[in-house]
Amino acid sequence: MHNKTIADLAKGLRSGEFSSVELTQSFLDRIKQHSSLNSYITVTEDLALQEAMAADGRLAKGDAELLTGIPMAQKDIFCTQGVKTTCGSKMLDNFIAPYDATVVEKFNNAGAVMLGKLNMDEFAMGSSNETSYFGVVKNPWDTNTVPGGSSGGSAAAVAARLAVCATGTDTGGSIRQPAALCGITGLKPTYGRVSRYGMIAYASSLDQGGPMARSAEDAAIMLQTMAGFDEKDSTSVDQPVPDYLAGLNNDLEGLKIGLPKEFFGEGLNSDVAAILDAAINEYRKLGAEVKEISMPNLKLAIPAYYVIAPAECSANLSRFDGVRYGYRCENPADLTDLYTRSRGEGFGKEVKRRILMGTYALSAGYYDAYYLKAQKVRRLISEDFKNALSEVDVIMGPVTPGTAFGIGEKIGNPIEMYLSDIYTIAINLAGVPAMSVPAGFVDCKPVGLQIIGNYFAEDRLLNIAHRYQQVTDWHQQTPKGFE
Amino acid sequence: MSLTADDVKKIAHLARLGIDSQDVESYAKDLSGMLDLMTQMNDIDTDRVIPMAHPMDQVQRLRPDVVTEQDNREKFQAIAPQVEAGLYLVPKVIE
Repeated sequence: MHNKTIADLAKGLRSGEFSSVELTQSFLDRIKQHSSLNSYITVTEDLALQEAMAADGRLAKGDAELLTGIPMAQKDIFCTQGVKTTCGSKMLDNFIAPYDATVVEKFNNAGAVMLGKLNMDEFAMGSSNETSYFGVVKNPWDTNTVPGGSSGGSAAAVAARLAVCATGTDTGGSIRQPAALCGITGLKPTYGRVSRYGMIAYASSLDQGGPMARSAEDAAIMLQTMAGFDEKDSTSVDQPVPDYLAGLNNDLEGLKIGLPKEFFGEGLNSDVAAILDAAINEYRKLGAEVKEISMPNLKLAIPAYYVIAPAECSANLSRFDGVRYGYRCENPADLTDLYTRSRGEGFGKEVKRRILMGTYALSAGYYDAYYLKAQKVRRLISEDFKNALSEVDVIMGPVTPGTAFGIGEKIGNPIEMYLSDIYTIAINLAGVPAMSVPAGFVDCKPVGLQIIGNYFAEDRLLNIAHRYQQVTDWHQQTPKGFE
Repeated sequence: MSLTADDVKKIAHLARLGIDSQDVESYAKDLSGMLDLMTQMNDIDTDRVIPMAHPMDQVQRLRPDVVTEQDNREKFQAIAPQVEAGLYLVPKVIE
């Protein structure tokens, strides 16, 4: 059962081949069996079985949607009413969310079954899931390597078939990079497409929630539920949501693909480059035209991001002060001591590093040199995307410079860790949508192909990914021991 | 550009962020490394570029000035570290 797609499971639930309770129980058993991956922070067993029972009721009444009764899991950054929501941090280890995130509410309304809350880098700051207070997640393809991050628990759980699908969030690559390293399909939608309400903020002008699934079709089903205007999110975009399934099989004849030469230069592992070449050749066979393009400002994405994201993070995380919720230090001497020690004891090292960086970049005398400069560079990067996407339909390239790296390999060197997001960060600065699609393996480790589209072109991206998945089976591979 | 241990302590104070004294040097080193990375941005002229704060360049949406939220005080205070009579308690501020 656990290897089926959402569409197949929906059929099985309707034909009576299995019930949602049986399906849910089989996933709960698998989660227990493979708990050493550490992909879940909280497993909501009782709640899941209750939701599955309710879903079976809806199915019996003929009142079900595609996701009704499907066991999935939420990244622990989404608030879930009555269920611990930690954001991977000691700061929120005791936090029971008093309300549901809009994304969670939408999955609940669709009748999806929540198996639990997934592990992640602390406050979504990290590229390896090693900054989580709840411990590192292991990559099911090679348990000595990281699953990527920050949505590492989501990617590992979907790859290991410990959930049919999962939510993720992406501020600088946090859906796409773990999806690539774990061999699953991930989509970061256009900024503003999916509500941020109840999604714990890291960098508000970059954060975006999205689907992580086995296939583009499953991602399309999830996005159909997740996307849409929400008046509770002040930057939600009021634009109609298309039918993401309707165009999945559209012809790719004449599709114009741009390959930025800046994506294929120094720094890209040559075996990964060969896999991307093969994937792009598949698109040629499907009728696409391929041309080289140039995006000269891409190289400035990392420096601009590491000003803007920490600046926004330092402002957002000032709410964690030990007063209203979350961790509070023991016996504070005075108010300053309460703030300083609660934050000092509640946050981990990477979060502190980014708060310090952001505080510095926003402090008097440095604002123009760093923050304003970075915002100007952000404009130039975004214009590179606008220019490129007026010439071609989509941009393709790598998601990561190499395959999954070893646990402990980069955690001691933050700058090196930051550079592992070199191909994903610019997309968030521009706000355009992008996907990671499984495209092959190097030494039994998955490689992802990145497909970047124009604003609100999620339907086109899903179509392009789906057609590729019709002629390849990389996305159907299962890690050894998890079949 | 490099930051000293004293700079780090000053920034940590601005952020009301406790950091272990044995970590100060490593933060100074990491932040200096990040600032080095940022100097790359100085290679291009941005004098006439308009800063971009938001991908959609949109302004804040306005709404009618009416009450939409319910009173959830009890629910929110149920997860607070210390409350009394509907108030959040902190150490004494005024002697």
